[in-house]
Amino acid sequence: MKVIVGLGSCGIAAGGMKVYDKIYSLLENYGRQDITLASTGCMGMCFAEPLVEVLDEQGSHIYGLLDEENVLDVFRSHVLDGEVADQYLVKSERNDCTNAAFFSKQVRVVLSRCGAINPEEIEDAMELGAYSGLVRALSMTPQEVVEEVKASGLRGRGGAGFPTGLKWDFALASQADQKYMLCNADEGDPGAFMDRSILEGDPHSVIEGMIIGGYAIGATIGIIYARSEYPLAIERLELAMEQAKEKGFLGKNILGSGFDFDLSIKQGAGAFVCGEETAMMASIEGQRGMPRIRPPYPAERGLFNQPSNINNVETLANIGYILNFGADDYRQYGTEETKGTKVFALAGKIKRGGLVEVPAGLTVREVIEDIGGGSSSGKPIKAVQLGGPSGGCIPVELFDTPIDYGTLAETGAIMGSGGLVVMDEDNCMVDIARYFLDFTQKESCGKCTFCRVGTKRMLEILTRITEGKGVPGDIEKLETLAHQVQKNSLCALGQTAPNPVLTTLKYFRHEYEAHINDKKCPALQCRALISYRIDPVLCTGCTVCARNCPVHCISGEPRETHVIDPSICTRCGNCKAVCRFGAVIVE
Amino acid sequence: MSKQIDYFKPLDEIIGDNKGDASQLIPMLQKIQESYGYLPMDVIVEMSERTGIKVTDIMGVASFYAGFRLTPLGKYVVKICAGTACHVNGAETIAETICEELNVNLDETTEDGLFTVETVACLGCCSLAPVMMINGEVYGRLTRDKTKKILREYKELEGA
Ligand SMILES: Cc1cc2nc3c(=O)[nH]c(=O)nc-3n(C[C@H](O)[C@H](O)[C@H](O)COP(=O)(O)O)c2cc1C
Ligand code: FES
Repeated sequence: MKVIVGLGSCGIAAGGMKVYDKIYSLLENYGRQDITLASTGCMGMCFAEPLVEVLDEQGSHIYGLLDEENVLDVFRSHVLDGEVADQYLVKSERNDCTNAAFFSKQVRVVLSRCGAINPEEIEDAMELGAYSGLVRALSMTPQEVVEEVKASGLRGRGGAGFPTGLKWDFALASQADQKYMLCNADEGDPGAFMDRSILEGDPHSVIEGMIIGGYAIGATIGIIYARSEYPLAIERLELAMEQAKEKGFLGKNILGSGFDFDLSIKQGAGAFVCGEETAMMASIEGQRGMPRIRPPYPAERGLFNQPSNINNVETLANIGYILNFGADDYRQYGTEETKGTKVFALAGKIKRGGLVEVPAGLTVREVIEDIGGGSSSGKPIKAVQLGGPSGGCIPVELFDTPIDYGTLAETGAIMGSGGLVVMDEDNCMVDIARYFLDFTQKESCGKCTFCRVGTKRMLEILTRITEGKGVPGDIEKLETLAHQVQKNSLCALGQTAPNPVLTTLKYFRHEYEAHINDKKCPALQCRALISYRIDPVLCTGCTVCARNCPVHCISGEPRETHVIDPSICTRCGNCKAVCRFGAVIVE
Repeated sequence: MSKQIDYFKPLDEIIGDNKGDASQLIPMLQKIQESYGYLPMDVIVEMSERTGIKVTDIMGVASFYAGFRLTPLGKYVVKICAGTACHVNGAETIAETICEELNVNLDETTEDGLFTVETVACLGCCSLAPVMMINGEVYGRLTRDKTKKILREYKELEGA
């Protein structure tokens, strides 16, 4: 029997380490040295963290929402007595459970080892095929490797969706003494964690992709540019690189092929714009991370003015599979235009949030309803935001759109890097647009005027609309500005910044109009446009609201109806949250 | 004088024999911040003298990246997640509660030097939204009450 605890960032944040320690001491106390205790990366079911998997003769049983106390039940019942503890079961090969749907529509290519191996043991990864793609690649010529990747149809997963094989071909064709293979692990979309989970759960998949890429384009130096806010990912990556070196996958004369490849990590320093490839290269060179005009493209003139190739973490994690199983096998997944799978970080008002991987062509609805289980609040879902600050909102009416670069772009959103945030009726779409603009405006590097000033003006208009100070003509002004910023910004940060505004204007224009013309927020979220009152019929005079009001604006004797003074009320919503009788009403 | 030598001691190893290799600037600043807690001005000047990299260039880089700080931090750093998932799950109310409870504004440190409050983009545990992190410890599924309780525990620990 083997017990495995999920110790990705999400698992640790939810208390996975405490559960691990508890099991460790229980095994000690009961003298059960026959049982192995291990850890793994993200199993995908972040909604049920901390997770513990028990492997016995009958297969795998995953328990969820554990803590130091209830893990004792699982331990006694399953580990000691061999009885499955149904009450805490979230996934099992033997019993049907309610979360089975979470997995049924997923296909795991990129995440095949994530959550299945101990990311700190290279042998674990190799048993499940890691570095087999590298072995095959080294038996081919670089051009043959490039052709295989081209044939797979793989397109970049970092946002822009450029065909990976083609990009490699350009870099291979460039002549220089030194070329660079770069990995973009700067995952900056605030609400996305695909790349982090891959790095934490299966760092070898990315390392393998980097070595194959280096071999294909003729680069002997590889650099992974990682977000410094991801300490665990960096730690595991470093360890994995060390182990790969010991096995002869990195360093001089790799596996006797004559190919040398050195890999190192550079940590970012907290700037979203450094995810843009030219800004990233400036940052690696030690400068302020500001983008420059392309062309020249990195394949021609990149890091230190040498030909360079940049790929996203998830893109690279596909490479080992493609080389190992061949382009034809890979092409079985997906649509005409989009081959393979896509990993999404499913979050927001969703019941089963987590890390999911689906074949392209599945519809947005299947991801949200079948896999994600629908809304977490019980209220109807209104929209989903795809692609973060560069992306857009897709309204529920368009949920039958298949996941595919082309069809998603038609809606005004983008495939993006994979952040997928679900919103329900309580979320104001003007506020969401303001939220993203606030983000891009702060992260604008300031180099070009349209991005620096344009986003600021747009943010000002959005802010005044949410504050109830919008005036007729604001919507048109926003649209004009949006198109100017889109057209004239230097890099994709500015060029895509208006997307959240334009898509919400396209699908939720009535919400903007309600804010401006009727001074109402239909989602009852914008504080300047709502008011709180207490229903005299439902109020029991329990005094709880009055005691919890931070500004003391609620008055009333015990057991008598309470009253809110709207002139003092800050509409923080605390009274509504604490009232047990539903007597606080928002209008 | 001897205090000065001790004060700049960490630079010996961090800078080593780097003479103006600007591509190492960011890693060097990261290490300085690690050992001093922030980037003190006198250390930047000393670094400039030793490496030959101009103070203006160092400051240009240090002020560009959000990861570098030019003022000292409180004993506890409260990072409020302002990522999308946390935002749609009411992170703003949590931020408000924290500022109220500690009596500070965002990006400021309390007068007693105990708490620095700041916002960060996605802490990577969106399923636990809304989330905050205090000195590396993550607290998820926050409500107003839960947030206050956690902060009060820290305050009690410090007898404040
Ligand atoms: C503002 C901005 C931020 C970006 N952030 C990221 C990022 O965090 N991760 C990433 O892989 N690509 C990011 N990109 C896209 C990269 O510039 C580049 O297209 C990508 O790394 C190429 O890799 P791929 O072809 O494998 O997708 C960003 C682009 C822009 C304009
Ligand atoms: S948005 Fe807060 S943890 Fe991701």
